[in-house]
Amino acid sequence: MEITIQELFQDDLKVINVGLRKFAEELDKQDIDVVQIDWSPPAGGDQNLIDLLDDLL
Amino acid sequence: MITGYTIRKNQYYDSVFLMGINKKLSDNPGVTQTAVLMGTEMNKELLQDIGFTGDEIAAAGANDLIVGVIGETQSTVDTVLADLDKLLNAEIGETTHQNWHRFEDGLEYQPDSNLAVISIPGEFVYREALKALEAGLHVFIFSSNVPLEEEKALKENALEKNLLVMGPDCGTSLIAGHGIGFANAVRKGSIGVIGASGTGLQEFTCQIHNGGLGISHAIGTGTNDVSDQIGGITSFLAVDALEADPSTEVIVFISKPPGSKFQESLIKHFETCSKPAVCCFLGAESSPDQSSKLKFASTIDDAVTWARHLINGDPMPGTESLTDEELSLIDAEVVKFSDDQRYLRGIFAGGTFTYQSQKILQSQGVEVYSNAPLKPEYKLEDPNQSIKNSIVDMGDEFYTLGRPHPMIDGTIRKERILAEGNYPEMAILFLDFILGYNASADPVGELLDAIHHAQQSFQVRGAHLTVVASICGTEDDSQDLNLQTQLLRDQKVFVFQSNSRAAYFCAEILKRLGD
Repeated sequence: MEITIQELFQDDLKVINVGLRKFAEELDKQDIDVVQIDWSPPAGGDQNLIDLLDDLL
Repeated sequence: MITGYTIRKNQYYDSVFLMGINKKLSDNPGVTQTAVLMGTEMNKELLQDIGFTGDEIAAAGANDLIVGVIGETQSTVDTVLADLDKLLNAEIGETTHQNWHRFEDGLEYQPDSNLAVISIPGEFVYREALKALEAGLHVFIFSSNVPLEEEKALKENALEKNLLVMGPDCGTSLIAGHGIGFANAVRKGSIGVIGASGTGLQEFTCQIHNGGLGISHAIGTGTNDVSDQIGGITSFLAVDALEADPSTEVIVFISKPPGSKFQESLIKHFETCSKPAVCCFLGAESSPDQSSKLKFASTIDDAVTWARHLINGDPMPGTESLTDEELSLIDAEVVKFSDDQRYLRGIFAGGTFTYQSQKILQSQGVEVYSNAPLKPEYKLEDPNQSIKNSIVDMGDEFYTLGRPHPMIDGTIRKERILAEGNYPEMAILFLDFILGYNASADPVGELLDAIHHAQQSFQVRGAHLTVVASICGTEDDSQDLNLQTQLLRDQKVFVFQSNSRAAYFCAEILKRLGD
C-alpha cells in the first residue's frame, strides 16, 4: 500500500538504505529507524546474466 | 619501490567505505600509494595505470575487492596487506547493527518503511527503485548516471501512485527536519523549498536557519527533473504536496534556468497555487514581472530575502552592494598586492557554488575559466591547469574518479591549493566549505595547512594572497559553523555565510585591480 506524501511529511521516517553505509549511520544519528542493505551487483555485475535473471523472475 | 596486492573474492563494499579504508592504509608509514577498489572493468584500468597488474586482477569481477599497496620495503607492503582483514572488520563493526543484502529482506524486517534511500552505481538503480515503488515507498536516489529514459519511467510509475522520486542525482532533502544525504541541521519552520541542486538547497536552508527562521520540508528533485524531457514530474508533485502541507506557508523553487516548456508550466502552476511562492532561476538574465503572489530571484540570497519578506514582512535589502565595512577591508587589502597580481583562483567543492559565483563575477564584468564554464570558450582545456581567472568544481567526475568527493575529504582540494600557490599572478584564492550530515568531519581543518602554505609562498616573495571563503552550514551541524568560521578567521581568511556575498566581495577586488 502506498504511503501518501502527506503521511511521509507527518509520520516518523522509516528508511531502507540501499548502498552507502555512511548514509545509514547519519540517519541513525538523527534517531531515524533505518535498515541497511549491503547491496552488491547482482550476478557479479554481468548485464547479460542480470537480464536473464529478470526475464526468469 | 615494492608493489603488492591482494584480492578478496565476493566481498563487495560501497565506494565511500572503501575510500575510508584507502585513507587508513595510505596513512601507514613507508606506504607511498594505495588503491582499494572493486574489480569493475573501469577500476581495473585505473589499477593498471597506477602499476598494479597480474592475472588475478584481470580475472577479478565487480564483486571482488582488490587492494594494492606500493611501499618502500617488502615488509611494509606485506604488513599492510596482512592487516587488511583486521581493518575491514574493525570498520564494519563501527557501522549499523542490522545489515541485509536484498531490499526485499530489509522490507520484511521493517514492513512499515516509508522511504528508500538509494546510492548504488547508476546502471543498477532502476531495478532497486522499482522494487521500492512497487512496495509503496517514496524514493530518494543519490546515484548519478541513471539513464534519462529510466528516470522518466520511474517517475511516471511513481506519479501513478502519488509517490515522490527525489533524484536521481539528488544530494539533499529535509523531511520534517530530518536530513537525507548531504543536508544540514536546520530547525523546523514554515518555508517549504524544492530544488534541483543539493548544494543550492543546503545554501538556502542554512541561510534561512541562520536568519532565525525554519524549513518545513526541502525536496530535492535531482538535476534532470527540470529538463523538458522529464518535465518536472517530481517538481510538480512537490509543489502540490507543499501547498497541501499545513506547516508550509511559503513555497520556494530553486534551480539553474530550467527547460523553457517546464519553466512556463511551473510559473502557470504557481499562479494558481493558494500559497505565496518564490521562483529562483539561478543567474537568469531576465525574469517575468513580480506579482503579488509569485516573486522571482536570480541568486539564492535573493530567494532567502523574498521568503523572509513573504513570511514576516522583513524589508528587502539589496543583496548585491557591499557594506562600508567590506569596502574598507578591500581598500586595505588591494594595496598589499604586487604589480603582477591580478587573478582569482576558485577551488570549489559545490557545483552550484561554481555556477553561481561565475554568474555573479560575469555580471560584474569578470570572465572566468572553468571545467564547468558559462560559455564554451571559457572551458579549461586541461582541468588541472587554471587560466587567468578560474573557478574549478572539484566535485566533477574528472577529479573524483577513484578518489573521494571534496565534500567528504579535502585531499584533492588541498593538492590543488598547493599547486595554485605557485602561480604568482594570483591575487585571490576563493574557496567554499560545506558542513552537514555526511560531509567531512572538519572541512576547514583539512585545508588550513594548505591555505597557510599558499599565503606564506606569497609573503616570502614580498607579495600578498587574499583568501576569501564561504561557509554553508549551521551552528547545529556536527562540524559547528562558529568553530569552522573562527578557524578561518584565525588564518586571516575573509569568511561569508553566503557564496553570493563572497563572490561580490571578490568581484570588487578584481575590479580595483583592473583599474
